[in-house]
Amino acid sequence: MSRISVRVDGVSYSDEVEPRTLLVHYLREQLGKTGTVVGCDTSNCGACTVHLDGHSVKSCNVLAVQADGHEVTTIEGLAQDGQLHPMQQAFHECHALQCGYCTPGMIMQAIDVLHENPHPSEEEIREGLEGNLCRCTGYQNIVRAVQQVAGATSEGGAQS
Amino acid sequence: MTTTEDRVESPKGEIGSARRRKEDQRLITGRTKWTDNIQLPGMLHLAMVRSPFAHARISGIDTAAAKGATGVVAVLTGADVKDIQGGLPNAWTIGPDQKTPNHPSIAVDRVAFAGEVVAVVVARSAAAARDATELVDVDYEELPAAVELKAAAADEALAHPDLGTNISGVWTFDSAEAGTGGSADEAIAAARADGIVVEREYRQQRLIPAFMEPRSVVCDPTGEQMTVWSSTQVPHFLRVFIAACMGIPESKVRVIAPDVGGGFGGKLQVVPEEFIAVLAARHTGRPCKYTETRSESLVSGHHGRDQWQRLTLAATKDGTVTALKVDLLADMGAYLGLVTPFVPMLGALMYNAIYKFPAYHFSCTNVLTNKTWTDAYRGAGRPEATYAIERLMDELAVEVGADPLEIREKNWIRADEFPFATVAGVTYDSGNYEAATARAKDLFDYDGLRREQAERRERKDPVQLGIGISTFTEMCGLAPSRWMGEQHYAAGGWEHATIRMLPTGKVEVITGTSPHGQGHETSWSQIVADRLGVPFEDVEVLHGDTAIATRGLDTYGSRSLVVGGQALVMAADRVIEKAKPVAAHMLEASADDIEFAAGAFTVRGTDSRKTLAEVVWETFTSHDLPDGVEPTLDAGATFDPVDFSFPHGTHLCAAEVDTETGQVALRSYVSVDDIGVIINPLIVAGQIHGGIAQGVAQALWEEAVYDEQGTLVTGSFVDYTLPTAADLISFTNDNTVSPSTTNDLGAKGVGEAGCIASTPAVVNAIVDALRPLGVNDVRMPCTPERVWEAIRSAGASAGGGASGGPLPHFDEGAANQDMPEAEQKGADR
Repeated sequence: MSRISVRVDGVSYSDEVEPRTLLVHYLREQLGKTGTVVGCDTSNCGACTVHLDGHSVKSCNVLAVQADGHEVTTIEGLAQDGQLHPMQQAFHECHALQCGYCTPGMIMQAIDVLHENPHPSEEEIREGLEGNLCRCTGYQNIVRAVQQVAGATSEGGAQS
Repeated sequence: MTTTEDRVESPKGEIGSARRRKEDQRLITGRTKWTDNIQLPGMLHLAMVRSPFAHARISGIDTAAAKGATGVVAVLTGADVKDIQGGLPNAWTIGPDQKTPNHPSIAVDRVAFAGEVVAVVVARSAAAARDATELVDVDYEELPAAVELKAAAADEALAHPDLGTNISGVWTFDSAEAGTGGSADEAIAAARADGIVVEREYRQQRLIPAFMEPRSVVCDPTGEQMTVWSSTQVPHFLRVFIAACMGIPESKVRVIAPDVGGGFGGKLQVVPEEFIAVLAARHTGRPCKYTETRSESLVSGHHGRDQWQRLTLAATKDGTVTALKVDLLADMGAYLGLVTPFVPMLGALMYNAIYKFPAYHFSCTNVLTNKTWTDAYRGAGRPEATYAIERLMDELAVEVGADPLEIREKNWIRADEFPFATVAGVTYDSGNYEAATARAKDLFDYDGLRREQAERRERKDPVQLGIGISTFTEMCGLAPSRWMGEQHYAAGGWEHATIRMLPTGKVEVITGTSPHGQGHETSWSQIVADRLGVPFEDVEVLHGDTAIATRGLDTYGSRSLVVGGQALVMAADRVIEKAKPVAAHMLEASADDIEFAAGAFTVRGTDSRKTLAEVVWETFTSHDLPDGVEPTLDAGATFDPVDFSFPHGTHLCAAEVDTETGQVALRSYVSVDDIGVIINPLIVAGQIHGGIAQGVAQALWEEAVYDEQGTLVTGSFVDYTLPTAADLISFTNDNTVSPSTTNDLGAKGVGEAGCIASTPAVVNAIVDALRPLGVNDVRMPCTPERVWEAIRSAGASAGGGASGGPLPHFDEGAANQDMPEAEQKGADR
């Protein structure tokens, strides 16, 4: 067992973990942060995406011990003082979710896409979300939600 | 949490308003109740040992090492539970002669597909359970496996030797016999002599539903009622079948479907893992949880489609259709699940589609193989039917030399011909194909794209433009119970709703449908808000728990709104009827003079009024009710539909095909769907987007591929390639409305429409782009390799389906029936 100290959604934790424990399992099973979910076992789906020191990572692809000394933000830590993060709000307004299973990871990744490129084209948004699978929405309204947050006018873009 | 204005302007009240969804708040903040989130005191975890062989005898299982591993509480094998595990249910047979293999939840002495469970480890943690599966030593003696569908149909190897054949059953419909039309054979013979005959064989590849939330089940045996949480579309079915198949009194079982992360038919199932969780919980006396990995999900959750379609369309020389003959070979896989054998037959009523065929013959042969079993996947039978007929109509247009939209219009049911009794024996209640097509052409710039296509053909552009058309229809609203009985289904097709009027004026709605992403909590609230005149926010929708929603038949087949929504309307009307005598008493008037509108009761011709909330409170206190009036306004209703509903639409796809590389790129996609009256346009658009994406994925990317040994090669998301955001484009969507006459809402259903319509639109676009090169078919998924190969071998496959002559496509070595090399060696891809 290894001891790690990690700050998750603004709270500091110190825990013993098996070295093989994935960050997502540490979050879900030891911290009860079940907002972050597992969708695959090959790091293709991105459902488990969280922020590690402000950048998106697939938490199934990071060992808990690698998070030692770092700061993790999950979907549960996004809203501040009762205010939804603008990306959460945009997902709601644009109907960018249906079953909602991919949504935590998708929102975390979408925030990172805009962090890297505040005014992306539709194509850049689509490429930025390529590592996150959604089976319900066809991505159309997810792209719109990101565009709404970016304040971007669609470039050859989203209709309907 | 604060939100901005959630209500979008709507002239007529809640119905038709683009309400933002009630469900979203918990889903966007991670406050979710997925089954795998559940933790109970003393909970144990399960891990499965699965067969690596498609077909094998189990000669021995050594569990000693696993049982001795740290944290392991028990290891169960088929031998341990064979007398108590029962068999998994097949609720829809195709008749009394159907051959149905026994389906144990844990294999006892033989496995029939790779991925079948042979042993279960029960341990303190999921990791300990998984680790110990490596210590279970299973001896297998491999048996010959029935893998490829056509070889299996010829009984080359038997999937279940005790059945003596792989043919599970044959189902036929003939319009001459049914009295719904003429003889297809006679019409085809006539067309051979003097007309047009189009003959094709198409492949519906095997697909995997691939819902995003892997299946998970928790069984808590403590307490008087055993509680089962499951990631399922069908909690009510699960309860009935745990009772019926495992010999546990139904009254001792409570099933809860908490938040469920997608289904698409893939969770319309009672699965071995659910029964195994019950067995393990009863064995240990402790709560047990099992959550599958994605790899397990892909290999053991049911698959969809997987058919060969032999098709003959007859027409006069001017392109008027005279007959359609459909002959299917359908891969059941190793077992018959809940509705497996009937899935192809759900398409049987739809091959004739929107066209006025005077004669129709349908036949389907169900074949057992040693692969994962198939069952419902979004559309279930109707996507296959729509693909076939929409491909054929394009071929007919080529034969006639007409525009494919013109040939469709020449043959479709005109708006003034509804209601229309079809050759398949059902009656389409409403529709307007002219209006949907005109709108779609307009949005698509059909004529402009045709001009561009001609210009690019003229200059031999290496990137050719193709235009694909799909003027589809489908049937929704499973289903009139009497019809389901005639079709040998074990249950009915009704749906239930209850409305509870709470003393403080809030309203609880209980629905027997079981949403898993469709937004019922929002649209059901809209319906009730309009019907009862209460605020949208005051309506709470409860579902998915058999202790709360005691009656229901769950969510699939685009049935929830057209069947469950109608039950809700009826329940609301009963609330009002029950309230009227109370209101009359309060207003000192005759009940006959009481009118209800916008949430208030009034006396006709006066200003006297009482709000529904006042009447509810009066009923709650019951201090002064009229004699004989029951002191509750709560009401329930169970609705059995009188008929299906028939959404339709026109989907147009423009695709660019690189003739040098075989790469296909979507250029634009327009859908105009007539789904009847729309409750929430935002939710409708979402369903259409997602449906189109899944149908496009069948056309371009997805296929479950098995090797010659019967091993699933596409067993992870690395190889089973779901589309990403970067693969898709933004679609243009609109609606026309012809209200359904089968329910008071006028709704038709939308859950499967996009998925049914889009696949042929895409493939027609690809074939249209390549037609000048002599290509008339590309097998799905139309990967660059297949498109390139089709172009390369175009000479061989050109000119097929000509009128007259023999049946070139059913002759050995002829085009359209070539199997790729891998398949000729026995693989099924």
